[in-house]
Amino acid sequence: MPELTYREAVRDALGAALRRDEDVFIMGEDIAEMGGSMGVTQGLLDEFGPERVRNTPISEMAIVGAGIGAAMAGMRPVVEIMYEDFLTLSLEQIVNQAAKHRYMSGGQLKIPLTIRTQGGAGWSPGAQHAQQLEAWLVHVPGLKVVFPSTPEDVRGLLWSAIYDDNPVIVFEHRLLYPVKGEVPEELEPIPIGKARVLREGTDVTVIATGPLVHHALKAASEAEADGISVEVVDPRTLQPLDEDGLVASVKKTNRAVIAHEAVTRMGFGAEVTAVLQYRAFDWLDAPIERVGSKFAPLAFAPVMEQFVVPQVEDVLAAIRRTLGK
Amino acid sequence: MAKVEKKRALGEETLREFLREMLLIRRFEERVEERFRAGELPGFLHVAIGQEATAVGVCQAMEEGDIFASTHRAHGHTLARGTHPNNVMAELYGKIEGCSHGYGGSMHLYDVERGNYGANAVIGGGLPAVTGAGLAFRLRDEPRVAVAFFGDGTTNIGTFHESLNLAQLWRTKTVFVCENNHWAESTPGWQHSPVWDDMSKRALAYDMRARKVDGQDVEAVYEAALDALEYAREGRGPVFLDVRTYRMHGHYIGDPQVYRSKDDRDDAAEHDPIPRLRARLGLSDEEFQSLDDEAVGVVEAAVEFAKNGTDPQPEDALKNVYA
Repeated sequence: MPELTYREAVRDALGAALRRDEDVFIMGEDIAEMGGSMGVTQGLLDEFGPERVRNTPISEMAIVGAGIGAAMAGMRPVVEIMYEDFLTLSLEQIVNQAAKHRYMSGGQLKIPLTIRTQGGAGWSPGAQHAQQLEAWLVHVPGLKVVFPSTPEDVRGLLWSAIYDDNPVIVFEHRLLYPVKGEVPEELEPIPIGKARVLREGTDVTVIATGPLVHHALKAASEAEADGISVEVVDPRTLQPLDEDGLVASVKKTNRAVIAHEAVTRMGFGAEVTAVLQYRAFDWLDAPIERVGSKFAPLAFAPVMEQFVVPQVEDVLAAIRRTLGK
Repeated sequence: MAKVEKKRALGEETLREFLREMLLIRRFEERVEERFRAGELPGFLHVAIGQEATAVGVCQAMEEGDIFASTHRAHGHTLARGTHPNNVMAELYGKIEGCSHGYGGSMHLYDVERGNYGANAVIGGGLPAVTGAGLAFRLRDEPRVAVAFFGDGTTNIGTFHESLNLAQLWRTKTVFVCENNHWAESTPGWQHSPVWDDMSKRALAYDMRARKVDGQDVEAVYEAALDALEYAREGRGPVFLDVRTYRMHGHYIGDPQVYRSKDDRDDAAEHDPIPRLRARLGLSDEEFQSLDDEAVGVVEAAVEFAKNGTDPQPEDALKNVYA
């Protein structure tokens, strides 16, 4: 199997969709000549030209909103919001418009729009360039939300997002872009709404998203040295959530840790906790643990940033707590 | 409702058709006010009484395949574009037969088959989408135009500026119709915009073709809209119409308008587009009465249709969340 970086995997899916389908086009800030601030779209301008790889003004409302309109008119636009933090500027369009046109029209319209964005801490950008805001969007009926953690998943899920008839938000993570991984020779769609077991285990399930999947895998290896068998499950899609997949794993291991980089309080992990306690109450042998960022904006100084954001040892400590070790 | 032949010099028959449309919208909205006050209509409603010439002039100039986005004041646009009054009224009653099948209401009227891509209750909410649809029409080389209706209050919100900039930059097939009634809810134009009396200046700032139109003269609106639509359709760029009109009633049904002087209300009433068109046509009392009776009859039938419509099942609320 070939190996791609996460960045190349995103580009591969975009290129394949642009190549296959005249109705697909991409737009966003600095995505053409510059190839995007993360270099994801490099080379696409050369292959597909400026009509289909469009640099936009700094206008997050119009970027998303124009995508909505083009989608209504029958196209499959993929728009890029450079940082999740800037997604806040386009929230009106995402929450009031993209998520609701189908509903308000009584099913007359569909909005096949993909919104790609990225964020993530670990490089000291300060408080406005690294937030993890996925929990804001999973709360809105009408949106689908994916957060892939591997090259294979991001390629297959982005493809599925582009060909989904609903607005799909694709969260990418800055620190994952250089991560390499094997991908199938042929681009294979990965269904939206299916979790993935990345490591099987018997003592405790870590349900993790984004970079915390990789933290969880490291923590699992370390725990193994102490005789603890950890299962690592990545929901991959946050909305709709693969409840069955997560519940099945926890019924097997009887313990759960939920780990994400976003702030713990009121976060995605709270919802997963609620699902597990309701559907697997009699199977649980320990309180469900949550791992996430502490309740503060991201500080600039590296020591403070590192303190706020969850690390491998935080996941490991949570694993041990569920086992009383 | 009837399609009229598109030509610049409007014949008497066509103008009579326009009057029929304007009367229908007027009587429809008056009846909506009356039924709302009687407690029969749920929700929150806004009428555009006084602004009928804009709706009819623009919508009659549109071609099949053109689309539009409207505002919270959408009854007129929807009717003028050909949605049957029965289906609009049924929507206001929350019935399945409604043009949004009971999911939208007065502020979210849709009729995709007739190009109504949604009335929006967020000021400026539909402008980026109309820009994007206009982009799609250009990219696919389709002879279609996307039209945005909005009020003068919208010219102060970010989506307005982002949309105009993007539309002009990319020469999207879009027409922006500013229904400048000089009120943003209760705030008069002079309190909300330095260019309230000439909104075309907003468009000029984006290097966009702009035109001022007397919104109480349906012929002038029709002619300007036809010109704008042709220009956009040919791919020459978007057009902005500053349509000066009058809101004869309050912001919403039941608005006591404590913020508005009697003089201002009287002034609006003097600019009523319906008597103006009637005079232009030189209709006798009898002829006018006959047209008016016809409109009233259609509206009465619409109320009956709506009252006898089908209520959705409560659990239908969980449908149509996703495609």
